[in-house]
Parts: sequence; structure tokens; C-alpha cells
Amino acid sequence: MSRAEAARGASPLWTLGLFRSELLTTFRRWRTLALLGVLAAVPVLVGVAVRIETGDGSSAGGGGGPAFISQITNNGLFLVFTALAATLPFFLPMAVGVVAGDALAGEANAGTLRYLLVAPAGRTRLLVTKYATVMAFCLVATLVVAVSALVTGALLFPLGDLTTLSGTRIGFAEGLGRALLIALVVAASLTGVAALGLFVSTLTHSGIAAMATTVGLLITVQILDQIPQLHALHPYLFSHHWLSFADLMRDPVYWDDLTRNLGLQALYAAVFGSAAWARFTTKDITA
Amino acid sequence: MGEAPAREQESAHPGDGVVVTRALTKRYRGGQLAVDGLHLTVPEGSVFGFLGPNGSGKTTTIRMLMGLIEPTSGTARVLGLPMPRSARAVLPHVGALIEGPALYGFLSGRDNLLRLDAADPTADPRTRRARVATALDRVGLTAAAGKKAKAYSLGMKQRLGLAAALLRPRRLLVLDEPTNGLDPQGMREIRTLVRELASDGTTVFLSSHLLDEIEQVCTHAAVMTRGRLITQGPVAELSAGARGRLVVTTPDPADAARVLKEQGVADVVAAGDRVTGEAPERDLAEVNAALVRAGVRVRGFGVERASLEDAFVALTGEGFDVAG
Repeated sequence: MSRAEAARGASPLWTLGLFRSELLTTFRRWRTLALLGVLAAVPVLVGVAVRIETGDGSSAGGGGGPAFISQITNNGLFLVFTALAATLPFFLPMAVGVVAGDALAGEANAGTLRYLLVAPAGRTRLLVTKYATVMAFCLVATLVVAVSALVTGALLFPLGDLTTLSGTRIGFAEGLGRALLIALVVAASLTGVAALGLFVSTLTHSGIAAMATTVGLLITVQILDQIPQLHALHPYLFSHHWLSFADLMRDPVYWDDLTRNLGLQALYAAVFGSAAWARFTTKDITA
Repeated sequence: MGEAPAREQESAHPGDGVVVTRALTKRYRGGQLAVDGLHLTVPEGSVFGFLGPNGSGKTTTIRMLMGLIEPTSGTARVLGLPMPRSARAVLPHVGALIEGPALYGFLSGRDNLLRLDAADPTADPRTRRARVATALDRVGLTAAAGKKAKAYSLGMKQRLGLAAALLRPRRLLVLDEPTNGLDPQGMREIRTLVRELASDGTTVFLSSHLLDEIEQVCTHAAVMTRGRLITQGPVAELSAGARGRLVVTTPDPADAARVLKEQGVADVVAAGDRVTGEAPERDLAEVNAALVRAGVRVRGFGVERASLEDAFVALTGEGFDVAG
């Protein structure tokens, strides 16, 4: 039993071990993989549906459906934008809500939270690690949709130069760059829901309850956003500016709504992140 | 067992115990008083038995010591530092098994330990795999290390929880009901392990509701009931506190009871051919001689040693039942 080990002093980098472990643990869960599988299937379904519908030469969409859907037959890259527009209102935030809601409540439910805390993980460190992991999940989930859409689009439709919403033409490489940028913005759009879910997760010992509450709040906010009489409230709903990512397809890019969206997400992250911190660092862990 | 080497004290107050609480109190929301003014001192190097019926406040106390629950009032110092404030400095030196094991069922036993070790920012990642392997070996789980934890039996989970407490050299081990769910063989192995650790100089704080377990492995003990500490001290003194009973086996119980009373034996009870009473301070040979002089035919004469259970009943005036 050497005391020397402790005396040598811990490296500050060791603190990242928890983040690595958290990532491994999250992405080895069957549930996480199932969520990612569902997300990957959405672009395939959309692509196949468009392909079947336009097999006789008619144009897709006919004015309905998610943004960009009528352009897919000309350029498979548009399936990326369509798939993100289709999953952002519900599938993506639901997946994030499940992962964020379960983050702490699930550990409390299983009893593993007390062992992490006596390890000692440190309450603030554990909370920050959990939030970082949920953000990593936001990014991975968005990229799964984007990559699945890109592959499906490339297999089913022609690729090439594309026309922006403003009517100008850009090269395929620049189009690909914009697609990546859009994926990043979509991932960033989910940080508000992630913070909200994490806060809910500090309130209960039941992972299921936290997930259900978060997804319930998500649906409620989406409904509120549809009620015109509440328009005074709309700019403060985290989902209100979500579809502004389409402005990245304008030339030049129209930044107003994009920055409003990112600012709002930062506000949600700050408010609910602080609330989660205040709650989690003072809470009695009795589970 | 008390041969634990005196270690250099790193605590702010040398001479203090490894765990010291002063008037430690926890009242839960809703008003239930779980722990009431606890003054507990756990000496360095001891195997300290923390005894009490289920629901007596043992686990709440342990959770306060581990910084999981904030005390309503009073103070708790672990390794000389205040809890929960110094949790990050104290807990790397403490291994704990609290209210049974809790595992990630979808991870293997080994991966469970790797994760818990990664949670400790002062644990060296370069030695992590080796330390995990050693801990698994120590509790006899090497063969099952690759199995998913949800396939473990309760005994195996308990062992894995214990392995987590042994990932690093510890100054204090807090084991809450460590033999719960184990078969007799497993219980014996755990007790042997506890003795081994104690002989290395680790202080062991062992909570249990099993009196004979405490009596077998502990050097010191404290008894709790309904949130209050009734007594604490070396186990030998605690059982000595309840003096043994004099037992006389005789075909003449009535005469024997009369003589014993004359000889100053208190609380004499005759049942069948057994007459028992509180052993007097004087030489028992004199008492026996008096019985024989009075013509009492004595078949057996002796003192039944008091157990910790007798001590407990004597202290609480009640059986060892679940508190309401």
C-alpha cells in the first residue's frame, strides 16, 4: 500500500477520464444505438418514398412536405437538408430529451449515482461531464441523419452543382460544406433542449419520468409555437427559430434568424444549466 | 486484532478518530428525525461495528459521512477534514459500499470497475487496468470479470461492489451490510477479507444488523436505535457491560434459589431444574460452597458469558426488532 501514488499528484488531464468513460457508457447502451438507428432510417424512408413517387417522371412534393423536398430529384445532396428539416422538429429533440432526461435520473434510479459521487466524481464535474456528453450526442445524432441522407441521396439521385434558395448556383464541394455547416447549426439548435432535459433529470430519481417530462415539454412548446394568439411568447420558445438553418442555403447567407436561434439556445443553456447546477450540488442523494 | 500499526496522522487534529461526528443530526423534509445528535468517534486502525436494527439511522449516518446528504445540524469529520465540504480531498482515501451494490447491468464487471475508477480524478489511468484486475482477483471475480453485470448473482454483485471499494489503497473502508445476500461461505470470505484489510492498517467501518457478525470481526462497536447512539466502545467492554449470568442446574431449584438470594445474587429466576441470576462480584467458589453446605444437590454450576446481544437488550430494554 504505497502512499507514493497519491503523493505524486494527479494530472489535471485525468479529470477527462470521466468524460471518456461517460461517452463510452452512453454509446454502448442499446437504447442509444436504437435511437441512432431510428434517426438513420428517416432519410432512407424519405429518399425511397421520393424515388418511388417520382419514378414516373413527375416532380416530388407538389408543394407539400418538408423544405427542399422538391429539389431532391435534381440533386441527392438536398436529401440532407430535407432529412434535417424533417427530423429537427421532433425526432432529433426527442432523442436528445431521452438521453438528457436519463443522464442523472437514470444513474439515481440504478443507484450508480451514489458510487460515482463517492468515487468521488464531484457534483459539478459530473454535471458538466453529463452536459458535454449530451451535447456530443446532439452532434452525433445530427451527423447520423446527415450522413445517412448523403449516402441515400448519392445512391438514389444524381449529385452535382446546386441552386441556392436565392437562385444562384454553387459547386458541389461548396454545397457539401454548407451541408456540414447546417448539420452543426442543427446540432447547436438542440443545446437548449439538452439543458432543459438535464435540469429535469436533476429533479427526480426516475429516468423514465425525466424522459417523459422532457419529451412532454418538447411537444408542449411545439404546440404553443403553433398558436397565433401566443405570438408574444413565440420568440422565447426554444424551437421557434429552429428551421432558420435553411437561411444557410441563401446566397449571401441571411444571418438574422440564425444568430437569434443560437442566442436563444445559449440563453436556455445558461438558465437551465444554472438551475441544474443549483439543484444538483445541493441535493441530498438518497437513492 | 488490535495490532494495527499506528500511522502518521495527516488529520488536522492529531489524536482524533478517523471518523468524528459532533451532534450530527438529520431531519428529512417532512419532519422525520433520522439521526439525532450523534457523537461518534471511530479510532484509527479499528474495525468499527455500527450496529442497529433496520431503520435506526445507520445508512443516513453513512450517507452524511460520505457527503451524499447534508446534515441538518452538527458536524462530521472524516480523516480529519469536514464533510461534505472536503469530499474531493477525503473520498479518494475512502472505499465505500453503501446500501448494497449498484451496477451498470449492460457493462461487464470489469467495465463497471473501470468506469468507477475513471470517476476518481486522482486515480492514475496508467495503472487503472492493473488495479482493476487486482481488485477483481481479491474478491474472487477474475473468472466472471468479462460477464455482463446483469447476469451476476446477488453475491457476485456484492463482491463487485466490494472490489470497487478496493480499487486503490484506502485509509478507511465504509462497508454497509457487506454480507447481505451472501451464502455462509461467502460471508466467511468477506469476514476474512475484512480482517486482512484491517491487519494492513486500514480502518474499517462496518455497519450491520447481525450481532454475531460484529462480535466476530470488530474491535469496536457503536449501537444505534431510533436515530440515537446508545453506546460505543471496544467490543470486549460492551459485552462486559452486561455481566454474565450465573447458572445453577439442580434437582432442588427452590432451595437453590433461596441460598443464592442469601448469597447476594440478584434477579434470581428458577425455571425447571435451572436457576439463574446475575453473577455477584465475589468469588463464585464461595457461592457454590454455600449451596453445598445448605444441602443443595448441584449438577452444574457456571457463568454464561454475555453476548453483544445481551448487551444490546440490556441497553435498549428491547429486542432487536425493526424500529417503526
